[in-house]
Amino acid sequence: MSAYNFAFLDEQTKRMIRRALLKAVAIPGHQVPFGSREMPLSYGWGTGGVQVTASVIGPDDVFKVIDQGADDTTNAVSIRQFFERTTRVRTTTRTDAATLIQTRHRIPETPLRKGQIVVFQVPIPEPLRWLEPREIETRKMHALEEYGVMHVRLYEDITRHGHVETAYDYPVLVNGRYLMRPSPIPKFDNPKLDRNPALLLFGAGREKRIYAVPPYTPVRSLDFEDHPFTVERWDHTCALCGASDAFMDEIVVDDKGGRMFVCSDTDYCERRRGR
Amino acid sequence: MAADVPLLRARGVSKLYGTRVGCRDVGLDLWPGEVLGIVGESGSGKTTLLGCLSGRLVPTAGSVEFTLRGGTVVDVLQMPEPALRKLARTDWGVVHQNPRDGLRAGVTAGANVGERLMALGARHYGRIRAEALDWLDRVEIDRGRIDDWPETFSSGMQQRLQIARTLVTRPRLVFMDEPTGGLDVSVQARLLDLVRGLTADLGLSAIIVTHDLAVTRLLAHRLLVMRGGEVVESGLTDQVLDDPQHPYTQLLVSSVLQP
Amino acid sequence: MTGPALVVEGLYKTFTLHTQGGVELPVLHGVDLTVFPGDCVALMDPSGSGKSTLLRAIYANYRPQRGRIVVAHDGRLVDMAGAGPRELLAVRSRTIGYVSQFLRVIPRVPTLDVVIEPLRAFGVPRETAVERGRALLERLRIPERLWSLSPVTFSGGEQQRVNLARGFIADFPILLLDEPSASLDAAGRAIVIELIRSARERRAAMVGAFHDREVREAVATRAVTLHGEAEAA
Repeated sequence: MSAYNFAFLDEQTKRMIRRALLKAVAIPGHQVPFGSREMPLSYGWGTGGVQVTASVIGPDDVFKVIDQGADDTTNAVSIRQFFERTTRVRTTTRTDAATLIQTRHRIPETPLRKGQIVVFQVPIPEPLRWLEPREIETRKMHALEEYGVMHVRLYEDITRHGHVETAYDYPVLVNGRYLMRPSPIPKFDNPKLDRNPALLLFGAGREKRIYAVPPYTPVRSLDFEDHPFTVERWDHTCALCGASDAFMDEIVVDDKGGRMFVCSDTDYCERRRGR
Repeated sequence: MAADVPLLRARGVSKLYGTRVGCRDVGLDLWPGEVLGIVGESGSGKTTLLGCLSGRLVPTAGSVEFTLRGGTVVDVLQMPEPALRKLARTDWGVVHQNPRDGLRAGVTAGANVGERLMALGARHYGRIRAEALDWLDRVEIDRGRIDDWPETFSSGMQQRLQIARTLVTRPRLVFMDEPTGGLDVSVQARLLDLVRGLTADLGLSAIIVTHDLAVTRLLAHRLLVMRGGEVVESGLTDQVLDDPQHPYTQLLVSSVLQP
Repeated sequence: MTGPALVVEGLYKTFTLHTQGGVELPVLHGVDLTVFPGDCVALMDPSGSGKSTLLRAIYANYRPQRGRIVVAHDGRLVDMAGAGPRELLAVRSRTIGYVSQFLRVIPRVPTLDVVIEPLRAFGVPRETAVERGRALLERLRIPERLWSLSPVTFSGGEQQRVNLARGFIADFPILLLDEPSASLDAAGRAIVIELIRSARERRAAMVGAFHDREVREAVATRAVTLHGEAEAA
């Protein structure tokens, strides 16, 4: 089928999205509305991420897609094949070799470099939505920096569970100004957002919002003085590569309840094993 | 702040809805530590007036000036929205007739009380909680209810929780709209006494809108009597209730069993 | 201080009852009265002739149609008939005390707090105020077990004694007394006399309606009628 444009979207749409991206980069953490298009995948499957990728990808890019850290899940494979067919761009599973990485729910363990771009798939971009259903009101709250109420959410967690229970999509303050949802990455990955050398782009297709964290931007996870932000820790190391500093997936291996822990980032794990 | 500067000064406040008069040409001064009652029956314009004074409604005419803590006088109607919103969260309080309008649903009592503190930058969970407990004591809500949702409270308790939520930032001016409306009589008495004690202890100024003269007798230093959108009489509470001059005021006072 | 504490000049008070067809009740027509520190002026008119009305007008509870009511407050002269609400409240909190015939009871406020409340306006620290309140309640023979209870359930006599305690606890330069011994027995009346005499000794200026002859004769330095000539006590 040769009737599709490079990366599926027409050039005007790409320009529109790039304009939104420029605005987003100019105001770190601020949600920019954009004209989200109908994509050949359903809402909730990464239409926002795909549109951002399609707008920034070029013929010289090396493209990687991960879903929950793995390159080989169905969704990652689908999206990678989609871009292979519509761009003929080189793809890779290696984080260090990629120039452009689209991800759902993880940030790669391998440290990112200046010049790399990571595109996050975002379901709900608005961090205050749990508290305030009205868009008019949440926009005002962002404009006026009325963020104290986000701590109400954390307070409730501590009250109910003794600690902040939020384990993923943990709210952050970007550049000391905008409250942002980092997408459903585990809080384990939040520290990677802080002053990352790569450009981080976020796309929500159904909600029609784009936001960004430019390179080297300070990003702080919200917490209380007496309940500081902490990340997950495991008692196990990876059963395959022995890593102790990566986010673990727990896998049930037999019907007797046997389980093993392996790195969720498949590329990281393979690299450590020398593959 | 100099004692001879009013906390709130309104002049010529009118709110018209087309030809219908919400309130017309109302002026008042409110001093620190003073409680002003605005009484009238339904349709008298008292709630409209309260809305105009508290920034919730935009008057058709008139001015409303408020003296900030440092002594600066600001025109409430000209204030930029961020400043007005901040004022509403800190130096002002609003107690609504229906407590559910003044509480956050789906969030515990403790979070309701602590929210304003968190909005002002409080970031220590233990201290926020301690302050919330302290306020629950002050409004006579059992400490054990701190983690309950307000939806599980009786209406009297909800009203007291609303008061705690509002007063936690020690506002200097509180607007109350029928604070005892819809409450049982015994519950009303307890609430009024609480309000009376708190306004005295905290040196609050308050504007209380009510149709109930007994509430004003108990809480207000001064009264405005409204009818048809206009102030027909004003003075010290005991003056207005014991020696009413205007025919309408006399009618109001004589209609009540025990003002 | 050598001048008068209170001067009433040409006071007129008429009640217009709009709810009853606008009928007019003239009660005070041209009352003049001068009270000096140390005076205790007894109003001699019969019941219903306006004694309470005069006292209430002086306190600015009633609003006169004409005339002046001048008091010395904070070193200047204030006309109660024309002063603004803020000034009136200030005069009431520090210059003029009013002892009425009945206690307006606020439920849930303990008796001791009711009694010491006027001292707050004088800046008396709480511990001192509490001490004075207890002493006065003891003097007025209110049992200690009642001090932490609201007077709402007290008898008429007990309420009146609480009323007196509240009225006399602070050193008001001017005191208005409307039947202070009402509901009291002989012992109670004796205490009233004592309290008024102490107030006179500290040069308070007092005006009162004393139905009880014993009390009146014991405390009054002058007896007058509202519209007549002053009589020697």
